[in-house]
Amino acid sequence: MIILEAKNITAGYTTEVNILTDVNVRLESGQIVSVIGPNGAGKSTLLKTIFGILKPANGKISLKNEDITGLRPNKVAQKGISYVPQVDNVFPSLTIQENLEMGAFIREDDYSQRLNEIYELFPILGERRKQKAGQLSGGQRQMVAMGRALMLDPQVLLLDEPSAGLAPNLVEMIFEKIIDINKTGVSMIIVEQNAREALKMADHGYVLAMGRNVLDDSGEALLANEEVGRLYLGG
Amino acid sequence: MLELTVYGIVFGSIISLGAIGLSLVYGIIRFANFAHGDLMSTGAYVALFMVTVVLGWMGIPDTNFGSLSFGWRMLIALPVSMFVVAWVAIALDRILYRKLRVKGSHVGIMAMSSLGAAFIIRMIILIVWGADSLFYRPGILRPALELPVGIKIRPDQILILVMVFVLVALLHLFLQKTKLGKAMRATSDNMELALVSGIDTERVIIWTWGIGGALAAAGGILYGIDVQLHPYMGWNFLIPLFAATILGTIGNIYGALVGGLVIGIAQQVSTAFLMPTYKPAVAFLFMILILLVRPKGIFGGKD
Repeated sequence: MIILEAKNITAGYTTEVNILTDVNVRLESGQIVSVIGPNGAGKSTLLKTIFGILKPANGKISLKNEDITGLRPNKVAQKGISYVPQVDNVFPSLTIQENLEMGAFIREDDYSQRLNEIYELFPILGERRKQKAGQLSGGQRQMVAMGRALMLDPQVLLLDEPSAGLAPNLVEMIFEKIIDINKTGVSMIIVEQNAREALKMADHGYVLAMGRNVLDDSGEALLANEEVGRLYLGG
Repeated sequence: MLELTVYGIVFGSIISLGAIGLSLVYGIIRFANFAHGDLMSTGAYVALFMVTVVLGWMGIPDTNFGSLSFGWRMLIALPVSMFVVAWVAIALDRILYRKLRVKGSHVGIMAMSSLGAAFIIRMIILIVWGADSLFYRPGILRPALELPVGIKIRPDQILILVMVFVLVALLHLFLQKTKLGKAMRATSDNMELALVSGIDTERVIIWTWGIGGALAAAGGILYGIDVQLHPYMGWNFLIPLFAATILGTIGNIYGALVGGLVIGIAQQVSTAFLMPTYKPAVAFLFMILILLVRPKGIFGGKD
């Protein structure tokens, strides 16, 4: 079943210049889709458009066949999509626990169970729950950011370069966590510079360049594809 | 000297109420509201209207509490005025500032528009109440208490300190314990991420203006009780407010509290060496020094 579909998306930051032209992405329920491509290909713009931070000039975004094109981010969040930005993705002056509570802002029910689940997924956050997020290391911040996004029990998680700026051992750890999260039933679209790793865990991959779809195939097939290897995976 | 310090603390605590509101608003929408001082005047005059007209008409007795210079009327007028000014501040934002914000106006335009709003408020006060100094309770000698070290302090002033303490404590609890208060801090940290988290940032902005306005009103009223009411009182508060806000690091309300006290004490103690008319210059001097030496204020870390 297709849970999220972005069809013929054309979008940009101003009305004159479009970053994305006619981009199509589909996410099957329970799967991981990785979007790779060179810098400036429009990968982050795609996530921002899906989440409603940018309004597409053209195209349609649907979640489980419901049209969500043009909804504001807080409404999109209510529909069951969460988004983790690449930078500035925690509230530095708030404690870890408060960051997670903010993730649950629109929840009216008791979310203490969910909070415990997040602490089980990231035990280090539970140990430091009173610490301010601004004092954490890059890897821990990324965990807070993902934890915050997971507080709504989303059906779909959008991750913008979760490995950006992290040391190699932390990159591996974050990717393991992403697979753990996926196993709990959360479908994901991941945008990554670290293309090889991103494709390894992906069920399906998309290659974007210059704001257009170039290729899409299963993660394995893209990894095996010579041209993709040469152009995007560094040989 | 010690006595001047005590007066400085009283005056400074009033500055703090204004500075906290200014800082709170700046923290959320990155906008220096030059009309903030005049919101303090508005609060003072709305309370005057309540005390002299509305509550008298309603038959609330005009008697004092013990040795204080006010009674039930003021006790009722204070929260009413805070509520009214909260809505004045919200209305100002909705009618004026928000429109400019949505258009993506330059900060200079925003600042100018708030300056204009300040003039309008002041002129309305001048038209309604005239240019003379007014008192909540004219012509009454206010007896002073003598504290152990020979410090004379009026009961009113003790009550002002208590009031400020209570208001700041309530604000602290609101920001630390309630969902909306935490959302306010989150929005101040990172508005885009707040929006992404599903926080209704427009509602947060409305609450911020409301709280800022209410605190300004309380500050204006307490100043009116301590000294007098004058149409230019809020305008004269503006430099101390900004000095306190910058000293305490813009956007940090605890810094604004400390900044207010420091500026208040500095202004009062300066009267031991300088003519009292130079008091505003002392605040201005402080502001320039802070901007030169430590522009991020005492609580400004690496950002």
